[in-house]
Amino acid sequence: MKNPWPHKDLCALADHSPEELLTLLDTATAFKGVGERNLKKVPALRGKTLVNLFIEPSTRTRISFELAAMRLSADVVNISASASSLEKGETLLDTARNLEALRADLIVIRHKSAGSARFLADRLKASVINAGDGAHEHPTQGLLDAFTIREKLGRIEGVKVTIVGDILFSRVARSNIQILTKLGARVTLVGPPTLVPKSFESLGVRIAHGIDEVLEESEVVNLLRIQHERQRKEYFPGVGEYSARFGLTRKRAMRLHPDCLIMHPGPMNRGVEIDSDVADGHGSVILDQVTNGLAVRMAVLYLCSGGSPLSKETV
Amino acid sequence: MSESLHIKNGRVIDPANEVDEVRDLFVEEGRIVSKLSAKSKGIVIDAAGKVVSPGLIDIHVHFREPGQSHKETIASGSRAAAKGGFATVVCMPNTNPVADSPATISWIQERAAMTACVNVLCTGAITRGLAGEEMAPIGALAAAGVVALTDDGHCVQNHGVMRRAVEYARQFGLPIMDHCQEATLSADGVMNEGEWSTRLGLPGWPALAEDLIVARNILLAEETGHPIHCQHISSARSVRLIREARRRGVPITAEACPHHVSLTDEGLKNFDSNFKVNPPLRTPADIDEIIAGIADGTITILASDHAPHATYEKEVELDRAPFGMLGLETELAVFLEILLHQRKALTLPQLIALLTLNPARLLRLDRGTLSVGAPADVTILDPDHAWIYDRNDSPSLSRNTPFHGMALRGRALATIVSGKKVWDLESGFQN
Repeated sequence: MKNPWPHKDLCALADHSPEELLTLLDTATAFKGVGERNLKKVPALRGKTLVNLFIEPSTRTRISFELAAMRLSADVVNISASASSLEKGETLLDTARNLEALRADLIVIRHKSAGSARFLADRLKASVINAGDGAHEHPTQGLLDAFTIREKLGRIEGVKVTIVGDILFSRVARSNIQILTKLGARVTLVGPPTLVPKSFESLGVRIAHGIDEVLEESEVVNLLRIQHERQRKEYFPGVGEYSARFGLTRKRAMRLHPDCLIMHPGPMNRGVEIDSDVADGHGSVILDQVTNGLAVRMAVLYLCSGGSPLSKETV
Repeated sequence: MSESLHIKNGRVIDPANEVDEVRDLFVEEGRIVSKLSAKSKGIVIDAAGKVVSPGLIDIHVHFREPGQSHKETIASGSRAAAKGGFATVVCMPNTNPVADSPATISWIQERAAMTACVNVLCTGAITRGLAGEEMAPIGALAAAGVVALTDDGHCVQNHGVMRRAVEYARQFGLPIMDHCQEATLSADGVMNEGEWSTRLGLPGWPALAEDLIVARNILLAEETGHPIHCQHISSARSVRLIREARRRGVPITAEACPHHVSLTDEGLKNFDSNFKVNPPLRTPADIDEIIAGIADGTITILASDHAPHATYEKEVELDRAPFGMLGLETELAVFLEILLHQRKALTLPQLIALLTLNPARLLRLDRGTLSVGAPADVTILDPDHAWIYDRNDSPSLSRNTPFHGMALRGRALATIVSGKKVWDLESGFQN
């Protein structure tokens, strides 16, 4: 029988077939139960070493990977940019080769350069897991978003998903677009034309430049963080105008279908892309996303280490 | 003292004299002669079934000396040129120090005289330090023997500075060559802005940034009446702008590179930095328009933009890797494969003109022809020779090429410079 997950790495959801993505989601469903137990640990990766190589700062993704590895009984080491030899001018490849020489089995990388995970994956025997590479992909975020939609709505095929915000610079958007279109969802991108250029249409999605025209039809609204701390002054005039045109205000939220899921990859800017009440209110699955992220990352680490795919019921 | 040569029975193609016939070619004392003198024995080269062309000319190479001799030297670069069939190359000025003074030009010329196996000509910078602000000493550069001015690698952003430089260069008859890139539009772009930059999340370098400067250069060439040459054109709209301007008689010319007629931005989908080049690889539609421009005489010169970089410099995150790729050894083959064999955009004599006569005319060289009395630069080639390029066989010091392992048709078989055979496929380099 063909191995349903014949890969040592996860660099981009664009690289994988719908069947492989479903294998990941099904295995994650099996692992979700582990987190609900009193004893939150299985021996699947006992004796394996995972290194979190976070060249770009992150708290929630790093902790999520760390906990996922611990629940699989792996040993975990965390490296941040300021603590690494990259500060001394060592290349990324040399840093990673040193980790491999220390017999790291899995390297989880977060880096500001698009393609950095793939760059290492092609050159190392260790498994490389992309935890976000520039504006390219954040595959485990895409998986956990798809997982959450499937868990809450019972399906992904045909679901109308609206993604709002800074699409151009968003790796979360790209991974969501990849998995959702591959699994048959109907994706609409919303934002100002400078942040949602027409070239995204080639990825099989629809583009709208007004949020109000898509509220009623949406079954999922995924609000991306507006990165106003970065240089975005050339792209839109400011968060005030952004918020007025694209923010999910209480008033706009009232026009959503009552069963519409409200998602956000975090960290949120309350009052900018989403009103505080809406973030905490009916339909918000923002904290479910965080919980599901753990199950998804367990599945990714397990499968990339050569584990046999699990059905939804096992473990 | 150079040898006398008798190149027998080749198909001699000499676009300058509209020659395309099987005949013998004679060389004596480094020049083309109509027949060998009685006392001269002459080395006989059998060229039956082969093409005998003027020595090929590449007006766009980076030999990295002085300053970056770990990437390439004038010696190693010239050997790559000879192996690719090129008898003459024109070096860009972005060395360290920048070639913006007669002293640096003299150093390069002396180095070339000592170490190069082909003719190595220099360009000088338009502005001091390629900074785009103050005019370089253009008169002194002209006196030192530069063949053109360019800030290649950079583009003069300040239109006032560019205008004055074009006007000033005119008195010396020095053509201006420009790398067309509007910096606020290309910004931190690393690849073509389009579907693939969208998919890969890489910053885009839009064709618009090239088009805007091409349009600027057309207006400046028209205004001043002085020739401006647009280097390595990558965008369809730039081709259309130049086509329209040439019809009006504007003294604007353009060159195309092998990678811009053969590779697209999709090549970067695996984040391979060997496909990272400036200007970037674009779309199939851009390739089609560039080839149309070559076919209809809009683009009159072919060049490599041979840009060596060390493997350790390229083996980094894609956005940190330097732009550029090797070109000299694959240039002729890629152009023959794409333009002659696949697209049938040109005849062989037309294609040879774009690699010999036309660049010689732009830079007012006495080469690029087999006229009696001309320096005996000759390339013997086989347009159908099937081979696979292996970068590990390269005399270049660098290995950054996207053409490694590619099957190609067409190859130089021997390169003769000023009457001296410097390389041939069978026996390799002659010294």
